[in-house]
Amino acid sequence: MKAFTYERAATPAGATAAFAKAPGARFIAGGTNLLDLMKLQIETPAHLIDVSRLALDTIEPTKEGGLRIGAMVRNTDLAADARVRRDYGLLTRALVAGASGQLRNKATTAGNLLQRTRCPYFYDTNQPCNKRQPGSGCAAIGGVSRTLAVLGASEACIATHPSDMAVAMRALDASVETVDAAGKARAIPIADFYRAPGTTPHLETMLEPGELITAVTLPKPMGGTHIYHKVRDRASYAFALISVAAVVQKDGSGRVALGGVAHKPWRVEAAEADMPRGAKAVASGLLAGATPSHDNAYKLPLVERTLAGVLAEAKG
Amino acid sequence: MSRRGMLAASAASAAVTTIPAARAKTASAQPAPSMARIALTVNGEARELELDTRTTLLDALREHLQLTGTKKGCDHGQCGACTVIVDGRRINSCLSLAVMHDGDTVTTIEGLGTPDDLHPMQAAFIVHDGYQCGYCTPGQICSAVAVLEEIEAGIPSHVTGDLTAPAEATNMEIRERMSGNICRCGAYSNILEAITEVAGRQA
Repeated sequence: MKAFTYERAATPAGATAAFAKAPGARFIAGGTNLLDLMKLQIETPAHLIDVSRLALDTIEPTKEGGLRIGAMVRNTDLAADARVRRDYGLLTRALVAGASGQLRNKATTAGNLLQRTRCPYFYDTNQPCNKRQPGSGCAAIGGVSRTLAVLGASEACIATHPSDMAVAMRALDASVETVDAAGKARAIPIADFYRAPGTTPHLETMLEPGELITAVTLPKPMGGTHIYHKVRDRASYAFALISVAAVVQKDGSGRVALGGVAHKPWRVEAAEADMPRGAKAVASGLLAGATPSHDNAYKLPLVERTLAGVLAEAKG
Repeated sequence: MSRRGMLAASAASAAVTTIPAARAKTASAQPAPSMARIALTVNGEARELELDTRTTLLDALREHLQLTGTKKGCDHGQCGACTVIVDGRRINSCLSLAVMHDGDTVTTIEGLGTPDDLHPMQAAFIVHDGYQCGYCTPGQICSAVAVLEEIEAGIPSHVTGDLTAPAEATNMEIRERMSGNICRCGAYSNILEAITEVAGRQA
């Protein structure tokens, strides 16, 4: 690990001000992903700003009838919150499908959104990777791509976003609240939060340098049956090959988002009109424009079959 | 001198070896290490340390406090051998910077029980032969103690059926919740029996 200086921020304003003084610094919260990447020298910040003790660790009702989840709420606490379990079961299901108990005890809501891809070529510093080292090329294209993206990818990058939580957040239409160094707050709909890789896959979100996530808000509960089905190589503690997050209403209408297929949680609102017609119709809309490789073409039928299972389960 | 004492002494002498100034200057563009002072309560004892900011909680425990019960397996949060309990919660001590734990309370395997006064989970692992080589065992035991507390607190898991009902210490629940602790020897069935016994159920 490269040496770094460290400071602990007491307030969000203190954190963003600290960044303004040390451009290139990184915020650290749970650290479960960032510290791993620092050990491998994939991330080499010269300065760390510890935001883990900011008073952003509560879940409060919003005046619109939803929930405002503080950026520092741990994955375990979010999954266990009685309101989340009752009204946003999809979110609890996605959270507990991810990582291990130890990691969920450390990982935060904001950090989960910002975790980086587990593409094996991103992790291997002997390989070219446009995300790790812009302009160096992509060894994943034409390489072993079994776990990688089939949608939204570019000629520069076929990495997937690894989060389960973010897939549920996308289906639930969450919004990401931030504050920048000037103290300006804004809310970014999760639908717009992740950037397409294009020619700049190292730029992953719409956050400006030094912009700090303060909360993630959920709109008021939408009812329905909440199902998160994750398909992976072992029954627990593995990243998704694909995952399906769905909220299905009694009349068969609903929402679907996919994990493990793209650089972001994948949702196509227009395809959801077909939900009463079944999985085949929805999957064809969701997967339109897919560019699978030989290694990961299996993801397309796997999405359709998993979705069929989810819709059957929702019917009861 | 014991093997452990010998290792500790040689690590200490290595730490004070000085690099000639000229060589240090030209060796690389590495930024100089940054030091920080922290206070921890470890197994009930107040400890103070001055550490390179890069030091993980795991290395602080093993290399600086000589609490070598906690093991370094993968050092990347994948195996669970480094599991300790911080402020009542199990975490991977390898994926956490010691400097971020200033003021925290840490319980390691040495703090759960002693050879003369075993924690019930330690005793159950012995009775049920819940290990072979033993390397993952401290992490397994710390994790297992916390798992039963998590179930008691009603924290749901991936295999919890009804999210609005209290969780129960079933075999499925224990297995799922222990999935972050890998046992290369494959002692899982005996580990499960040990935890089940402490949970107060018939295996």
